[in-house]
Amino acid sequence: MEISLTINGMIKTVNVEDENTPLLWIVRDLLDLKGTKFGCGKAACGACTLHVDDEAVRSCSYPVKFAEGKKVTTIEGLGDRENPHPVQQAWIEEIVPQCGYCQPGFMMATAALLKKVPHPTDEDIDNNIINVCRCGTYYRMRKAIHKAAKLQAEMSTNESKEI
Amino acid sequence: MADNSSGAKKVSRRKFLVRGGMGTIGIVAIGTYIFRNSIRREILGTVNSLELPYTDNTDKPMVWFEVTSENNIVLHSPKMEMGQGTFTGIAQMAADELSVSMKQIQVIHAASSTGNVDSFATGGSTSISGLWQPLRELSAMLRMMLLKEASQKLNIDVDRLVIEDGVISGNGKSLTYAQVAEGVENWEVPDAPVLKSLKEYKYVGKPIARVDLDAKVFGDPIFGMDAQMPDMLYGAVVRPTKIGSTFVSADIAIAENMPGVVKIVIEEDFVGVVANSMLEAENAKNAINVTWESYKDLNTEAITKIITVGNGKSTIIQKNGDSLDEESDLITLEFRTPIGAHAQIEPNGVVASFDGDSAVIKISTQVVGITRKEVAKRLDLDTDKVNIVPTYLGGGFGRRLHTPHAIQATVMSKAVGKPVKYFFSRKEEFQHDMFRPPTHHVIKGILNPEGRLHGLEHEFVSGDVGNNSALIPNFLPPIIGADVGAIRGGFIQYSGIPNFRAVYWHVDLPFATSWWRSLGLLANTFAMESFMDEMALKANKNAVEFRLQQIADDAIGVRLKNVIKAAAEKANYSEEITNGRAMGFAASIDANTPCAQVAEVSIVDNEIIVHKVTVSLDPGLAVNPDQIRAQCEGCVIMGMSAVLYEQMFVENGELTPTIYGPYQMALMKNAPREIDVVLLQGKDTPGAVGEPPLGPIGAAIANAVRRLTGERLTELPLKVSKSMA
Repeated sequence: MEISLTINGMIKTVNVEDENTPLLWIVRDLLDLKGTKFGCGKAACGACTLHVDDEAVRSCSYPVKFAEGKKVTTIEGLGDRENPHPVQQAWIEEIVPQCGYCQPGFMMATAALLKKVPHPTDEDIDNNIINVCRCGTYYRMRKAIHKAAKLQAEMSTNESKEI
Repeated sequence: MADNSSGAKKVSRRKFLVRGGMGTIGIVAIGTYIFRNSIRREILGTVNSLELPYTDNTDKPMVWFEVTSENNIVLHSPKMEMGQGTFTGIAQMAADELSVSMKQIQVIHAASSTGNVDSFATGGSTSISGLWQPLRELSAMLRMMLLKEASQKLNIDVDRLVIEDGVISGNGKSLTYAQVAEGVENWEVPDAPVLKSLKEYKYVGKPIARVDLDAKVFGDPIFGMDAQMPDMLYGAVVRPTKIGSTFVSADIAIAENMPGVVKIVIEEDFVGVVANSMLEAENAKNAINVTWESYKDLNTEAITKIITVGNGKSTIIQKNGDSLDEESDLITLEFRTPIGAHAQIEPNGVVASFDGDSAVIKISTQVVGITRKEVAKRLDLDTDKVNIVPTYLGGGFGRRLHTPHAIQATVMSKAVGKPVKYFFSRKEEFQHDMFRPPTHHVIKGILNPEGRLHGLEHEFVSGDVGNNSALIPNFLPPIIGADVGAIRGGFIQYSGIPNFRAVYWHVDLPFATSWWRSLGLLANTFAMESFMDEMALKANKNAVEFRLQQIADDAIGVRLKNVIKAAAEKANYSEEITNGRAMGFAASIDANTPCAQVAEVSIVDNEIIVHKVTVSLDPGLAVNPDQIRAQCEGCVIMGMSAVLYEQMFVENGELTPTIYGPYQMALMKNAPREIDVVLLQGKDTPGAVGEPPLGPIGAAIANAVRRLTGERLTELPLKVSKSMA
């Protein structure tokens, strides 16, 4: 069957044999966007986190049929080297990644959190950022999340000034 | 350095790569086995402090570097990047010796076809320390080769030329490295490279941002799981769920006819499926009905029974003074640690292509040379017909020292005539991990009238770590008697004690155990440093003072004392309970790197909360202080995860759990809010970093709990039975 979705701002139609195929594999293998990672296949680690209509979703356990007509954003669409998302900018400034494999999932989860809670407390972070990182980058991540909140606030202030 | 005493060696231009459509360089390095000459000298007693040198290619810059037409330098690293920051450290070293900026250095994993093959492994916290001398020399050689060539081209004496950012200038004229290299047919390789002084270095010693930072923040496809090949198919391998299963037969009738299935591959040691898509391969795999012969009724209790001091064969790995056998009033404590999983987030995976003549394998691995050899042997190829193309590792931790999946994928590719990609499911990762072995420790001590240790003995038993590995050749374990991995951290580091002994017991487990970051260090230090704390309490002494009094004043002893003092000072170490929080102290030496830690802990609803950890580490010369701090932070968190939460069980012959969550690990909410790192420099070369900070964390937390509750916790994962209430 055909499924249409907006991926990182572009409308794409994909052909799938099984509408229950996890969105993760559509993104990785059909759309060739490898930034979203496979970790466990059971929504237990969060490496596959991306956004569906701005909500953080663990795409390894999200049937592609539910993405029909929706806006899907992956790490590749969050920001790029020229225009990094505040979360990516903060990750760079705090030098967060080690092996890096789980990091896109964490950044996507963080970006979704900041959209809802622009200035998260440590408790907000503890309750919402529940992915698994084996290298143990949580310490720097927490600092980066607070920094990203500041950068996001500055950015929106600048934007409103320009208007 | 080089063995050619007649001076400069002629090297053909073909072997010196300047980018522009040429294939890669083709010098095949012949590895020498690291222990060959040193094993007897280093036997047992000093294994704990062994810093392994890099023994592969150290005299051919052209195998390591390319000069590109954009005047950048590509450094082909034989060491893999798995998060430990090696790429950044070696880029700093090379940039400084080559007189180029950091921006001009691009580090990539050396494909084995380039000849820059590590015949050992990326592991053991040896990459930066091992490459410190050879890589700087190689970089200096290349700089001197380029200078000499520039001197001829510009017709200016070498000593009147200066280099900045890869541009050689003199007399108002200048050439870029790329221009110098252009069209050169023969290069003279200097035998005696002249290194710069440390003071001249712009990057070494500085907290430079990781060179792979952007790639990892913007989601570039750099990992093994991201690798692809044209027309590739997907594979899957049937694995038993029960420990000790042997293959009897497979019924493939249903699977064969399932949609997308290209071929079922039945080999002596595995059954594989190749299909058009990953999900089709997975479905077909699940439809194969395999008959296994299995162990029955194996459970955790049975494993615990095997892992008990007194079972198996013992080897005395360290002895000083008299045995404590005759002593009365011995204080004895026993400790246990469980089976641990690597649980790295990127599953093991591989893409392999066999074209009938040669194989190409893209893989995230810690063992390029060994993988190449093993694949070549299985397919009956010369090793130079197997090109291992390494990728970034989504976590290593020792899990990627074993790569049978490279063989399986290549065999499947041969069977279907197309590239095959295959990777482990998470359940397979958990059940077929090469686990951190469970351990049991019996520690005895006796105090003298002054409240110092008169004697200390550590007897411990562990499943295999090093013995079960292609890294350690079969002849070695019988010679040295002890498993070189399991005994890490098992030695007595308080060498001022008059009588001490460490005894390792070897037993065989029915499932595979192997290298897990820091090897025996995590378990051994948990036991030893918990015991030290108990003895300090018995002696009614401050835990820090008690330790300092029993360390000899040799070189490593002085460094150990210094990290102990620095950690205590930085943390304001106190044995008072303040606001419900207590501090715990512990120290260790691993691979010649001493580390001390203070954990600040409270207990809420019977749950151990780690608020702050102060780490003091003496890694020697710090090539990149920021990355060393990152490794300390990571070790603290991975270590606390292991000591507070992680445990594999054996139930009905199966290893379990098989998913994150049930295999509980530290999450954001559990990580200490504060990690304070103090770096000391007690020697003038870089030492081990990636594992030594895993040593003290377990005991530091357990010792804090002891202060809070009075309870001595002797088993991992740590669980309090008494509430603070």
